[in-house]
Amino acid sequence: MDKKEEIELISGVNVLKCMRCGKCSGTCPSYDEMEYHPHQFVYMVETGNIDPLINSESLYRCLSCFACVERCPRGVEPAKVIEAVRLSAIRQKGANHLKAEQVPELIDDDVPQQLLVSAFRKYSK
Amino acid sequence: MIYSYYPGCTLKNKAADLDMYARQSAAALGFELREIEEWQCCGGVYPMAKDEIATKLSSVRNLNDAKMHGQSLVTLCSACHNVIKQVNNDMRTNEDIRTRANNYLKLDEPYNGETEVLHYLEVLRDVIGFDAVKEKVTNPLKGKKIAAYYGCLLLRPGSVLKMDDPENPSIMEDLIKAMGATPVVYPMRNECCGGYLSLEDKPAVAKRRETIVNSAKDFGCDCIITACPLCMYNLKKNESGVPVYYFTELLADALGLKAASEETA
Amino acid sequence: MQRIGVFVCHCGTNIAATVDVKAVAEELKNEPGVVFTADYQYMCSEAGQNLIQDTIRNERLTGVVVCSCSPRMHEATFRKAAAKAGLNSYMVEVANIREQCSWIHKDKVSGTEKAIILARAAIAKVQLNAPLTPGQTPVTKRALVIGGGIAGIQCALDIADAGYEVDIVEKKSTIGGKMTQIDKTFPTLDCASCILTPKMVEVAQNEKIHIYSYSEVEAVTGFVGNFDVKIRKKARYVDETKCTGCGECTTKCPMKKIPNEFNMGFDNRSAIYIPFAQAVPKVATIDPDHCNMLKNGKCGVCAKICTANAIDYKQQDQIIEEKYGAIVAATGYNHIDVSKYDEFAYNQSKDVVTSLEFERLMNAAGPTGGHLKRPSDGRDPKTIVFVQCVGSREAPPCAKGGKEYCSKICCMYTAKHAILVKDHYPDTNVYVFYIDVRTPGKLFDEFYRRAVEQYGVHYIKGMVGKVAPQGDGTLMVQASDLIANDQLHIKADMVVLAAAIEPDKSARHLATMLTASMDTNDFFTEAHAKLRPVESPTAGVFLAGVAQGPKDIPETVVQAGAAASKVIGLLSKDQLTGNPCVANPDELMCNGCSSCEKVCPYGAITYADKEFRQPDRTVAIRRVAQVNPAVCQGCGACTVACPSGAMDLKGFTNKQIMAEVDAICR
Repeated sequence: MDKKEEIELISGVNVLKCMRCGKCSGTCPSYDEMEYHPHQFVYMVETGNIDPLINSESLYRCLSCFACVERCPRGVEPAKVIEAVRLSAIRQKGANHLKAEQVPELIDDDVPQQLLVSAFRKYSK
Repeated sequence: MIYSYYPGCTLKNKAADLDMYARQSAAALGFELREIEEWQCCGGVYPMAKDEIATKLSSVRNLNDAKMHGQSLVTLCSACHNVIKQVNNDMRTNEDIRTRANNYLKLDEPYNGETEVLHYLEVLRDVIGFDAVKEKVTNPLKGKKIAAYYGCLLLRPGSVLKMDDPENPSIMEDLIKAMGATPVVYPMRNECCGGYLSLEDKPAVAKRRETIVNSAKDFGCDCIITACPLCMYNLKKNESGVPVYYFTELLADALGLKAASEETA
Repeated sequence: MQRIGVFVCHCGTNIAATVDVKAVAEELKNEPGVVFTADYQYMCSEAGQNLIQDTIRNERLTGVVVCSCSPRMHEATFRKAAAKAGLNSYMVEVANIREQCSWIHKDKVSGTEKAIILARAAIAKVQLNAPLTPGQTPVTKRALVIGGGIAGIQCALDIADAGYEVDIVEKKSTIGGKMTQIDKTFPTLDCASCILTPKMVEVAQNEKIHIYSYSEVEAVTGFVGNFDVKIRKKARYVDETKCTGCGECTTKCPMKKIPNEFNMGFDNRSAIYIPFAQAVPKVATIDPDHCNMLKNGKCGVCAKICTANAIDYKQQDQIIEEKYGAIVAATGYNHIDVSKYDEFAYNQSKDVVTSLEFERLMNAAGPTGGHLKRPSDGRDPKTIVFVQCVGSREAPPCAKGGKEYCSKICCMYTAKHAILVKDHYPDTNVYVFYIDVRTPGKLFDEFYRRAVEQYGVHYIKGMVGKVAPQGDGTLMVQASDLIANDQLHIKADMVVLAAAIEPDKSARHLATMLTASMDTNDFFTEAHAKLRPVESPTAGVFLAGVAQGPKDIPETVVQAGAAASKVIGLLSKDQLTGNPCVANPDELMCNGCSSCEKVCPYGAITYADKEFRQPDRTVAIRRVAQVNPAVCQGCGACTVACPSGAMDLKGFTNKQIMAEVDAICR
């Protein structure tokens, strides 16, 4: 299975539904922090140009806030595409974005448990 | 009225207040929250991948416990609510996930998404009724201008959560009115606070926090309420010093429970 | 024994590529009754038709089977050809080996096999065919146009011009439709009212045209040439024959705070109102939901001051019954409700408006006298953002009320709005966010380019993601610029949403009454998408304007004229040739149960008491079904409903259908 098929399988998204309006990127609150933006994720998966996405920090800037999912007029669900690329990256051996030993220096006393749980779900296998 | 209740990890720790005031207010409003036995962590974020079920199983166990008791399942934390409601939707509508999850869990009878998942706010609105809440208010929060912060997880995706208009919600504003205060409507109330990004990119979260709080402040709020411990963490240290509360704390206050509990404490 | 000829069409490669036509012709030679078979490249061509005619004569054929395209396409062609050669038209059957065979099969072996089976069925049917003769029915020489917008107006004027009576039914209190609310028209920028109001006056003055305003169609029965229509003329509580339209009542009415629909709620009207100065008919109407006199009997001001004595609080709805030969559906459109798209903050800010609302804000006869002001505070907007495709071009399920189709008119009217703003207020910053700019039309793309090149309108490829009203009254527009690969934040004073358009809600109910078909979007379906674009598949029902699909004013006028010419063609006939394939009861078998009468959608079946001789030579009177062949449309519902098998359909008898099934199963 090639990368594109893998992304489509994990996400359940048909990227061909996209009409390239850019509303996902117009609505994305993480836009400024991303090297590749939501509409680029959709388009680059469509064209099979997936390696740059897998190697990009942009994967960890999408917070799955579902704004793009809610507002996409074509029902493409870009957040699910980004999630699938992220999983495709961190499912590789040793590719976890967050390691337990990094955590103590990143947190303060107020950090809610929910934050760590979520971060580990998103950043690690 | 007895509901199954899923508090989630944070409500047992950093957000104990959110939980405590919710239980007190529930008792005062005439409904009981039965905490699910041996509940398991929901995972904090909805697992979107179509090819894995492991990350959904804890939610299914929690949902099934409520089903076994013949009760609706009430949640409070926005993240737990989002995860459990979306997984429940998967179990109801996605045959592949349903089959695989049931094959793995081997429950006495298969779970097919039968449980009704309600947010605490939905119980207030749809079961108790905001008019009834208003009648029980003994300490109206008169003159207080409160901005409701929904964030992302409480409302989206609207087609699954079906709680309120995801772009122009009113459930918390209606609660604010019932508590005798004035709701402040502002456009950033349904934009993401930055979530777990505060682990590795604090400046990005700070930027969002200030945009959200400034938007609420521009429309004249005194304080902000939220249902989510992570939103609370991200918003409360804002530069303007706008206080952020859990909505249950202000509810308990309006119901006259907070003063009482502080006296006994 | 019949002598049947079979003709297999290649349809170029349409059929021949997937069906071995020669093998089909060869195989069918063995069918009982078949005396001749042939295959030919295009049976519908003149040479093909000649082949049929020559064979009928030479082989003394009594039946013909053409294996070709759908009978919807060329059945009429082949029947006519047969008739010319002296064979009764109804001795011709078509086996559809194109749409139902070659087009849906890839494999030639199975395609050929199926073509043979379909032809066998048709041959089996022809064996049992009997010659039929259609009856004649007279035509009522009057047309009904439903909807009084520009489509209905143009259509009615053209029909009247040919000398026929025509009635317009309009549910609003004036004709004119959406065009009355529009400021200028693209791409020429001539004023909509200036070109519309003369036509409205022409309608009012034309002796052949009668306007039923504030009226709705209540029921339709009958059939082409002979429709019976009930029209509900709603009580307007004003005698139209007396009211002079002076408008004195509207100024004296104490109920003045009712949102004015004509100005999209930007100003108020009184409970008794005339929608606008050029209304036709220019007659006042009382809004019963807001009139104090009608609600609780306390007021009566308008009656007191009306010098024409036209006010009648006791007026009742009136039902008018009229006969028509043809009906035109021209029910128009509305834009969708955009409140579910509140990422654009339509519900949260008065300065976010729809394009139709913007028309009123630009219109000299509008609430601001044509001076563009922000609805919230009356200030001049310095930055305006236009958002295209709000609710158009969506993927199903379109849960927010959006549409899958392109609304077609938005690109051009937005270019118009942008040009008008820049023309009147050159200092204004105007942004248009687009997905595609679609301008196929005469002088359309030139117009759009003028907006960009001459007026400096900023066209940005991308979509707005969020409109956030700010504390200072401005609107923060967050959008993507796909060419620059950037996210923009524009501080705007107004946002204008190009909302998708949809058919008027009344169209669905009307279609049911007319038994006219609709698509999933509730647009009326045309009889043929390319070749019969202004006719409904229901005979005698014609289509004009957006009721059939999104279109602009020039296209609407073209279609209205085309519909009118079809109506004129119909009304110019004194007699219509009917369809001989009608229901036919066997009175000896009929048990009088009324099942057929109940299911008949056309009211074609009645019952009569008739005398029958019994086996013992006594006479008994029994109640039996009677079919009016002029009204029956041959749908066959009664034949299925009849429990005793007494009802049959000529040309499609139970025996014929069973023979077809047997042939297929053989």
